[in-house]
Parts: sequence; C-alpha cells; structure tokens
Amino acid sequence: MNDTIVAISTTMGVGAISIVRLSGSEAVSIVNKCFKGKDLSKVQSHTINYGHMYDGDELIDEVLVSIMLKPKSYTTEDVVEINCHGGIITTNKILETILNNGARLAEPGEFTKRAFLNGRIDLVKSEAIMDLIQSKSEEARKIALSQLDGKTSALITKFRNNLKQLLSSIEVNIDYPEYYDIEVMTIEKINEQVEKMKDELSYLIKESENTATIKNGIKTVILGKPNVGKSSILNMLLEQDKAIVTNIAGTTRDIVEGEIYLDGVLLNIIDTAGIRATDDLVEKIGVEKSLSMINEADLIVVVLNNNEILSQEDYEILEKTKNKTRIIVINKNDLNRKLTLPTGLTNIVETNTNSVEGIKSLKEKIKEMFNLEKISTKDYTYLTNSRQISLAKKAYQNLLDAKEAIKENQPVDIIEIDLKECFDNLGEIIGATYSDEIIDNLFENFCVGK
Amino acid sequence: MEYEIIVVGGGHAGCEASLAAARKGHKTLLITGNIKNIADMPCNPSIGGPAKGIVVREIDALGGEMGKNADKGALQLKMLNTKKGPAVQALRAQEDKIVYPQEMLKTLTKQPNLEIKEAMVEKLLVSNGKIEGVELSDSTKIQSQAVILTTGTYLKAVILTGANKTPGGPHGEKESKYLSENLKELGFKILRLKTGTPPRIDRSSIDYSKTSVEPGDSVARTFSFDNRTYYDVKNQVPCNLIYTTEKTHEIIRQHLKESSMYGGYVEGVGPRYCPSIEDKIVRFSDKERHQLFLEPESIYYDDIYLQGFSTSMPHNVQEEMVHSLPGLENAKILKYAYAIEYDAIDSKQLKQSLETKLVEGLYTAGQINGTSGYEEAAGQGLIAGINAALKLEGKEPLILKRNESYIGVLIDDLVTKGVKDPYRLLTSRAEYRLLLRHDNADLRLRKYGYQVGLVDEERYAKFQKKVYEMVEFRKKLEETRITPKKEINLYLESINTKALKDGISLYELLKRPEITLEHINHFIEIPQDQEVGEEVEINIKYEGYIKKAEKEAERMLSLEEKRIPQNIDYTKVPNLASEARQKLSEINPTTIGQASRISGVNPADISILMVYLKRSNNE
Repeated sequence: MNDTIVAISTTMGVGAISIVRLSGSEAVSIVNKCFKGKDLSKVQSHTINYGHMYDGDELIDEVLVSIMLKPKSYTTEDVVEINCHGGIITTNKILETILNNGARLAEPGEFTKRAFLNGRIDLVKSEAIMDLIQSKSEEARKIALSQLDGKTSALITKFRNNLKQLLSSIEVNIDYPEYYDIEVMTIEKINEQVEKMKDELSYLIKESENTATIKNGIKTVILGKPNVGKSSILNMLLEQDKAIVTNIAGTTRDIVEGEIYLDGVLLNIIDTAGIRATDDLVEKIGVEKSLSMINEADLIVVVLNNNEILSQEDYEILEKTKNKTRIIVINKNDLNRKLTLPTGLTNIVETNTNSVEGIKSLKEKIKEMFNLEKISTKDYTYLTNSRQISLAKKAYQNLLDAKEAIKENQPVDIIEIDLKECFDNLGEIIGATYSDEIIDNLFENFCVGK
Repeated sequence: MEYEIIVVGGGHAGCEASLAAARKGHKTLLITGNIKNIADMPCNPSIGGPAKGIVVREIDALGGEMGKNADKGALQLKMLNTKKGPAVQALRAQEDKIVYPQEMLKTLTKQPNLEIKEAMVEKLLVSNGKIEGVELSDSTKIQSQAVILTTGTYLKAVILTGANKTPGGPHGEKESKYLSENLKELGFKILRLKTGTPPRIDRSSIDYSKTSVEPGDSVARTFSFDNRTYYDVKNQVPCNLIYTTEKTHEIIRQHLKESSMYGGYVEGVGPRYCPSIEDKIVRFSDKERHQLFLEPESIYYDDIYLQGFSTSMPHNVQEEMVHSLPGLENAKILKYAYAIEYDAIDSKQLKQSLETKLVEGLYTAGQINGTSGYEEAAGQGLIAGINAALKLEGKEPLILKRNESYIGVLIDDLVTKGVKDPYRLLTSRAEYRLLLRHDNADLRLRKYGYQVGLVDEERYAKFQKKVYEMVEFRKKLEETRITPKKEINLYLESINTKALKDGISLYELLKRPEITLEHINHFIEIPQDQEVGEEVEINIKYEGYIKKAEKEAERMLSLEEKRIPQNIDYTKVPNLASEARQKLSEINPTTIGQASRISGVNPADISILMVYLKRSNNE
C-alpha cells in the first residue's frame, strides 16, 4: 500500500517545459481533481491529454498530461506526468496544488527506489540507487537548511513550543486527572490559543506566498486604450535599467514583455494590446488576451490620458481591475487637464514622457506597494518553497479542524488529535521529529507522581 | 526435577506468566522468595488509572488474571476522565492489600499444572546459548525448557533511607545477590534503577476532620468483561486529600543533604514521573503546596498509604515531615518511606516476544525490563508466559501491535527505544490512542486470547454474541428513518437539538454531539447489554476520527509487514549513515516498521535498507 508521491522531475528554472510527476494508486484521481479537460480516470493508458490545471477556480496553466497506468510505467505504479510551461512560478504552483490535493512530496530518489522495489530496475542499478538516495538526501538537507533562515525556523519553533505547552497541559490533565493544583485546560482556553495561532500562521502563509511571488517576479500588466502611452511608459521603465534588460517582442500576440530588477526583485512587465470594442477579428483576439492577463497579474498599471475625458473603455478597464493590486498612471500631465477621475481611486501617479520624474514616482509606488525595501534588507520572515508552504497550510488546516471540533462540542481528547497533527506538520517544516518531546515536556513542567 | 517452564518471581508479572503457561497445559514451576508475598503490592494500594486501567482490560480480554482479581479486591472504583473523551477514560480501583494477594494465591494454588516453590534463584543454566533451567542458592538444579525472569526489584536490591543502605527487597525480604552478575556474564547490559515508596500512617492517629473526602463512583464498575461485582457500591472505602504546608517544605529544604538522593548515596536512575517529595520541592520550588492522598491499604489493618510523599530521608526527619501535615500532627508512622535500588537489564536486548536475544528460551517481564507499575508488569508477564508456551508448542509468538493494544505499545517501546528511567505507560505514548479504548479491549484482543487457548468457549461465545448484537443494532440505526413530522420535531426541540427539514436515519441523528442513546430510546429499543449500545454509539459518534486513525495505522502496518532477516549484517549495507548503522546493529529490528521508529534512523536510511533487502532477496 504505497501512498502517492509527487515531485518536479525537470531542473528548476531553465527550459521551456517542466514536468511534474506523480506515482501511486491515487495519482490519476489527484490530478483529475485539479484538471479541466477530459476525465482522466476514463482515458486510456499511455495517452497524452490536453487541458488546463486549476487551483480551485484559478487557472494555473495550459498543460499536457500523460497517463501511464500500472504496471507499464517507470515505477510499475500508476504514473501521471504533467507537462507545463517552464518557469519557477507555474511549476511550483502546480506542485503545490497537487500537494494540497493529497499527494506527498517524494523523498530524494523515491521514484527510482520504487521502480527498484517493484522489480522494474535490475540489480546492477541498485548500488547506484543507494548512492543516489544518500547524496540526494544530503543535498536536500543542505538545501532545506539554507532555505530556512534562522528567523523563520525560530518562528515555527515558537509556534511548536506554544503547541507543545498546550499539548502537554492537556496530556497532564489526562494522565494525571486528580492533580487539582494543575491548571485544567478548558475548551475555552484551548480555543483562545488555537485562535491566536491560527491568525499568526495564516499571516505567515500569506506573507510567504506573497514573498514567493515577489521573489520569482511580480507579473505586471500595463493596460490602457490605444495611444495613451503604454509603450512609452514601458520603454522608459526598461531604459532606466539598461544593464539588466531583456526585451522580448511578442509580436504575434501583440504583447510586449520585458523584465527589470527593482531593488533586486524581478518585475515582469507585459504591455498589452489596447482595449476597445472592435469588430476586427484579429484585434478582438488581442483584446480578449489583454483581459485574461488581468486575472493572472500580480500588479496592474492602468494608463489614462490626462488630456482626454474618461471614455467608455477607460471605465471598463477601471471596473475590470478594481479588485486587483493596481496603480493608476495619469500620463501626459504636461498637457492640459481634461480628465476627471471618479472618486475613491487610490494609488495614483502622474507622468509624462518628457521627464523622468513621473517614472521615478511610479517605481517608488511599486516598491511601496510590495514592501520591496523590506525584502531587500532581508528583514522578513517567510517560508521559501512549496514543501514548506504546503506543510504550513496543512498545519493551518489542522487548526481549522480543531476549531470545528471545538464548535461541535467534541471532548478534549478528540480536539487534541488535530492539534497533535498540527504539531507534527510544523515539526516536519524544520525537520524536528523526536517522538517523546511532549512527554519530556510534561515531566519537566508538571509536578506529578507518587 | 524437571518442568517445561520455570517462572522466577511471584509478583504481578510472575503470576500472569505462570498462570498463562500452566493454563496452556505446560508443566510450570513458580519460584518465589516467600509464598506470603505472592501478588504483593509493595507500593500504592491501587490498580488502573489512565492507560494502566486499559492495560488491565487488555489482560482480561486476553485471558489473564489481573482484572478478575482486582474486581475481587476492590475497595473503591472510579472511572477517570469521563468528560475528556472516549479514548482516555480509564478505570482505577483502590485495592485491599490483603484480599488481592490472597485471592491471587488461591487462583494459583488451584491451577492444574502449576507448582509453587519457595527458593532463591541465583544462576541460570545455559548451554550453547539455550536455557536449560535454574540453579538455587542451595545449589539445587532444576531443569526446564523455558525460564521467565520476573524478579521485580529484587536483583541486588538495596533499601535506602538517608545515609543508611541495607541490602534487601521490600518487607525485609532477601535480595537476589548473584543472578544479575550471572546475567552480566551471559552478556546482558545491566542498568541500575531506583524507585521509592511513601510512609504508612496509622489510621487511628489521623485527624480526618482536616482532610477532604474522595469517594468512588456511584455506579458499579468492573475491570473484567465477566462483569462480576464483589464490592458494595454504596459502601465504598473513601480516600482523603490533604496538602503539604510551608513548614513541610522548610523541613525538607533544611534536611535535604540528609536524604539518600541529595546526599549522593544513590547510584540508580529514578523515574521522572515518580519524584520523591524532596525532588518536587527542589524542582518546583515556586509551588506553594503539593497534594497528598491518604489511601487505605486494607480494611483488615490500619496502614494508610500517604500518596505523593515518597522520600529517602532518615527516619527522624520523616517524623518531622509527617507531623507538619494538616491532620497528621500526631500521626504515628507504621512504616517509614524508603528508596530502593535494583538491577535491570537493557530491554533493547529483548525480542518483541520478550524472549532475550542472547539466550534462547529465556524470557523476562516486569521491572527487570526497566518498567514500573503493577499493570505494566502483569501485561508483560502474560505475554512472556504465552510466548514461552507457544515456543514449546512450535508456534509463532503472539506480538501485539501498536494499533491494537497498550501492551503492544509498551513492549515495542521497550525493545525499540529502551529505557533510561523506569518506564511508565502514558496515554500519550500511544499514537493510535483513539483505537485503544477501555470499552473495546475485547474487540481488539479477545480473538487472540481465544486462539492461544486462554479464553474459554463460554466467554468467547458471550463475546461473539456481543459482536453480533452490535452489528444488528447498528444496522437498525442505519435503517430506521425519522421524518420531519410535527411530533418528532417537537421532541427534538424539547431535547435541544435542531428540528428536521428532511428525513434522516437514527444513525445520522446519533452523530449529533448532543444526542445520546437515551434519546434514541425514544424511537427504537436500545440494547439491554449496555456495552453493546455504548460501543455502537462511540463508533458512530467518532467515526470520522476513528477512520482517520485506522488509515494511519494501516500505513504503519504495511511497514510492519516488511520483515528484516535477523542474520542481517548492517556493516555490509552500503551508504547507511553511521549512527543508523550502529543503532540498527544494536537493536536488530525485526521489521522495517520497527526500524523506522528507532531514534537516529532517518527516512533515507530506511530507503537504503529497503533497497538493500530487495537486492539480497533477488540474489
């Protein structure tokens, strides 16, 4: 009875395509949960299936999914490979979604290990596999250590210590029920602590996800109707950082992309086709593409013309982007003001293409909105990889489950099950697995016995 | 003289071991230093409590004696943790220290195939790594095919009070002088452990008006699934509660250096969970008071056990300490408290069957394995007795798993992790606690008791009837539907639960936390056998949690099925981390599951080991 494992099988960060691979009895059903296209449980073995990966309602990527049912696969178990577009963000996001849906992150060399244990690889290779496991696990340990800075591990340790305290208080009540001087961990007290921990953990997860995005690039989309000066703003942004600019013209899609580093953080900038109602088929495709970009973006820069009154299209753009992280750029502020903005808009900067001042304030605004200065000084606590974030999310879910159990009036023994699991998940993030920790803590902190 | 099985020691482990062996039809000899001390309770006058009470139920389900005997000797019974959830409820009895041993001795003397002999064993007869019998202090040799050592605290025992060190066991009994030396010669690693016991006070010298009363439960309870009550529920003997005073603490602090412990007279490692009163005052100096229970030892004599006041102070200081307690100002001490040091073996040198790895046919159980507690001892004794007999019968040993019993958790911890201080069972040591409940001990273990022949046909038929009724009752709950009719909703509202919008089954209704069997009784008849109803209710109410625990246990079991050959040479397994290699060689685990629980063996080592085993298999 092997559980289902997942890992990114291609080298991270390079290459046009990445592969996320699963193996185990639930491989197909797990992928099926986040895949839109054919029903993968019904397709034939050894087929490649086109579709889209989703995290809930959110589209992650357009993918090709290969299904290789047992026994004719690398591990002789059911194997699913997801071919997605290369790049750290997308690949990680897919991995994370799969982890959230019930797979376990593979240990180093585990696919090969399974292939061997299931008789798929011959004896001669077994020595090599042991070498592989050994070196990979050492490598993984080093990476895990280097990725978790002292502050984050201190924070997780703090969470765990709080939980440890809570758990040993509950345990001492259970194992020494007649010690009247020991504080009784009432459901109310447990609830209070769970609530607090839940908020702190949720904050850590949000910050981590945010940081992960930022570290991997802020996807910025510049939007506006034709001729408001989108391209010139993009060019000015890029020109200022000539040394590190890569400029890719996406002529076929009518989208121009570029990258700049702002305080060491990558900004992926995409200039889209103008948005306006049109009957022209080619242009229509461009417009639709622009609108779909809105959903995927981390930051939207809406460009308006100072010299014109707001048009129907401008209103539409403002409406469509109102829930996004957004900066409104009023371009051409060297011309007469004809523009009147609706009330309630925030994060507005003014520019013109004849001076650099406006562009500077746009950059400042971006830094401010994403806390970039804080990040560049490293004064920041976050989890850096999918494994850690996925474990933190599990721990968070355990707290939610505990809350639910409390709401249902479950006894303390039942509530504790979720709290213990939370403790274990947090432990896995920092690699703490000593099993008698709670018992040790109990005897250290409570005076019990004959 | 020749026997099939010899049991050395007549404590709680020895009683279970010899009964199991004899009941399985093997000619058994129980050797004890003093027949009067058989099944003696040298420390607290109680049996059961969290985790331990469940062990007693498990012993009963397997066909052991402790539960039945504790029911006979009970002065007071109490179910603990009733409000804390289904898995942690446990029964605890105050026992009469005269009745309990007396009843056990009766059972032993009546037992066919079992003889009892008063003697001291000082040497084991071993040849070619196989046990052949024992040698007594008078050099008599007794042959046997198996020997079970249940020597308790008697190996090189020394009693300590203050600077005073007297060789000997509890009650001034003779200690075993040479057996632990003999074990050392055979290759066993010997640990020195320590435990202690509080003073006993004369009942008539206590002013009970200064104490508060701790009564038993108002409903009748039993450990055994036989459900026979021997005590008068309305006339249970109560315990009493008092607290230490500032004066007590002052006296202790003043005389600290005079105690054996703080005076440096103790070599053994004491249990963390049983600190002496001086330990408590030193380690928890901010605590203003410590609670003490006055527990009657028997209705036939006057000793009151002063629970919580274990000490190794000299007698004169003990007098002063006791007199500083409320209600004990004029108390007369009948027996002084003492600490006791004794030898134990390293339990990592045992197999899961409790057979030693070094000597074939030699088994050990109880305090000699580093545990503490009557229940822990009895549980091991029973398993050692069963397994010694099974071995003679040429059958596989009975090894209980961590997901099916506390006894399994206990033995697995002993052989996999070993002990540093005397080991006590705690509910938190069980990772599948929700599966190891007081109520379902028979559902977990009756079958094994029956298979090995310790549970008779009558008891087994009764058990099967219970299982049948459970299945029927559950089916009835699932099949009976109630609809949102006016009178039904009126009833539901009257018992403070939500009215129905659509029809539901009674099974679904019972899932609501506020609904009990009593409410179900409004719709259908509930089973007369209370155990049946309770069992079905727990399984329905906590179904989600139980299923989750079962799923986790299944994962563990799949690793448990992967066996490691016992002749494996870990120095030949390439790539293992050196700590893992050393630990694996020392413990020589029998399964991958056990290997993965050894501290210092990480998942990468387990992977490497699995690849290695597969390769050896193929070759």
